[in-house]
Amino acid sequence: MIDFLSQNGSQMLLLTWEHLYISAISLVLGIIVAVPLGILLTRFDRAATAIISIITILQTIPSLALLALMIPLFGIGKVPAIVALFLYSLMPILRNTYIGMKGVKGDLVDAAKGMGMTSLQSIFTVELPQAAPVIMAGIRLSGVYVVAWATLASYIGGGGLGDFIFNGLNLYVPELIIGGTIPVTLLALLVDFLLGKVEQKVTPINLRDER
Amino acid sequence: MIEFKKVSKVYDDFVAVDDLNLKFNDGEFICFIGTSGSGKTTSMRMINRMEEPSSGQILIDNEDIMDKNPVELRRRIGYVIQQIGLMPHMTVYENITLVPKLLKWPEEKKRERAEKLIRRVDLPLEFLDRYPQELSGGQQQRIGVIRALAADQDIILMDEPFGALDPITRDALQELVKHLQSEMGRTVIFVTHDMDEAIKLADRIVIMQKGKVVQFDTPDNILANPANQFVEDFIGEDRLLQARPSLQTVDQIMIKDPVSVTPGKTLQEAIKLMRNRKVDTLYVTDDSGVLKGIVDLEDFDRNRRRATSVGDVMSPEVYFVRTGTLLRDTVQRILKRGFKSIPVVDEKDRLIGLVTRSSLAEIVYDNIWGDMDDAKDIPLETTAVSEDQ
Ligand SMILES: Nc1ncnc2c1ncn2[C@@H]1O[C@H](COP(=O)(O)OP(=O)(O)O)[C@@H](O)[C@H]1O
Ligand SMILES: [Mg+2]
Repeated sequence: MIDFLSQNGSQMLLLTWEHLYISAISLVLGIIVAVPLGILLTRFDRAATAIISIITILQTIPSLALLALMIPLFGIGKVPAIVALFLYSLMPILRNTYIGMKGVKGDLVDAAKGMGMTSLQSIFTVELPQAAPVIMAGIRLSGVYVVAWATLASYIGGGGLGDFIFNGLNLYVPELIIGGTIPVTLLALLVDFLLGKVEQKVTPINLRDER
Repeated sequence: MIEFKKVSKVYDDFVAVDDLNLKFNDGEFICFIGTSGSGKTTSMRMINRMEEPSSGQILIDNEDIMDKNPVELRRRIGYVIQQIGLMPHMTVYENITLVPKLLKWPEEKKRERAEKLIRRVDLPLEFLDRYPQELSGGQQQRIGVIRALAADQDIILMDEPFGALDPITRDALQELVKHLQSEMGRTVIFVTHDMDEAIKLADRIVIMQKGKVVQFDTPDNILANPANQFVEDFIGEDRLLQARPSLQTVDQIMIKDPVSVTPGKTLQEAIKLMRNRKVDTLYVTDDSGVLKGIVDLEDFDRNRRRATSVGDVMSPEVYFVRTGTLLRDTVQRILKRGFKSIPVVDEKDRLIGLVTRSSLAEIVYDNIWGDMDDAKDIPLETTAVSEDQ
């Protein structure tokens, strides 16, 4: 074990870092796209069902297949990996944003409008704060998924801890497999824990006791 | 002035509001009343364009509201809804200053206004930093009411705002709203399905049935001349009976010069006064006659050792009515709260008389007996009474 770390320790740190930032970029892109889209969908109910089912279908494409599909479009390397992970991160965030925004009490939205808020003011000062915990739960779920799936990025040359695991599999070196799996698991747990903290933090006072 | 001209609202092919023609004056307290689904809420919500008329026109100060920007229109009109609608994730302060913030008032002006209003409704300043859920239902709705006044809105819309409150809290809030309205000269449009509430609050009442206005008049005229059977049923027989003393004021039946004492008098002097006049309660007034408090024999008994002057033992909280108050309101207040008597004060809070339970009882009896000469159901009435006991 100490042997393994002294030989591969620095590379492990590097791969962990790579893994983390591929995941983070994908997740952030996912948030940037899915949250506004989810909000937008709440204003167009008919389009909502269509778009949500399209993205659900996208989600059912096996991860490896989706990664392979990226190659003709973006070649190999980090970019196609990030695009694929980004697509995967969309669904939980989009769905939770949609559900969260729909779930805000009608009275509050009515009061906001009745007092003279514009739609944007109502979204930012009333609906988003009230929907925040549900949206955040979607982001957290996506975060954990993305960290787990980022392992596959290695398959198209995206790097990350998957390199250890795939090398271990190819060369049959169990230490490498374990040396990749444990950090991925820890990373996923850490992301889950931290985003869980954020989720608690953004929960408005009136929804705190119910959880 | 608010004017409805041939206003209708149609959903698909259901007519929710049918050809409304109404004119409300500035500073009037208007109640919309009617059974559930009669179109009250819809009518009210058309005033701030939360709903838009399918046909007809609504004018505010002779300007068609459809020509205005709806967002700006709404900021000028206070809005209080059934389910309170305070923002639960905002502090009381943020809630009260919501519209001023939308109007970009400077911070000091917002702070000053919030403090003034919260004092006006007898809540402590510390409440400004609390969240709505930390307040009772009645306190929350007080905040709901002052939030609707905070940006100097001339018109306030209220949709069954007190429906969920217990009767005592509701009573207090009704008085508060009525007071604020007359004091600040705002126009209030108030939706209710409670006739007592409408009679108590309204200058004029709009009675609605199936989307149409069946009567639009003052409470007294409606009670005196119900337009049709529907209105009569809606008012209810009890109230028609009770309405008889409605036009009498407290001044007509009050005892003048009630026994009063100044706070500086000693307890001995006060007790002597009570004995001479054969009363168990004294009203405390200052030198100019302004009502300050009340003392009764028990207060003396409890504090005999510690206190020397009347001022030390009096309770400063007294319920009173103002000169000119209709007996109808007083009857209800006294009977509901179980007071033995209630003092009457003039415009300057000076004590001028006392309405006692027994003088009220006489009037109520007179009405009932007067009615019973031609009534066949006397036995029923008696049964009902004894069942109650
Ligand atoms: N958005 C809507 N779509 C269809 N029907 C509606 C809508 N809003 C109100 N109505 C109908 O209009 C009628 C009047 O409603 P409302 O004004 O809320 O009555 P009230 O406040 O007197 O109880 C009701 O029958 C209600 O079902
Ligand atoms: Mg209603």
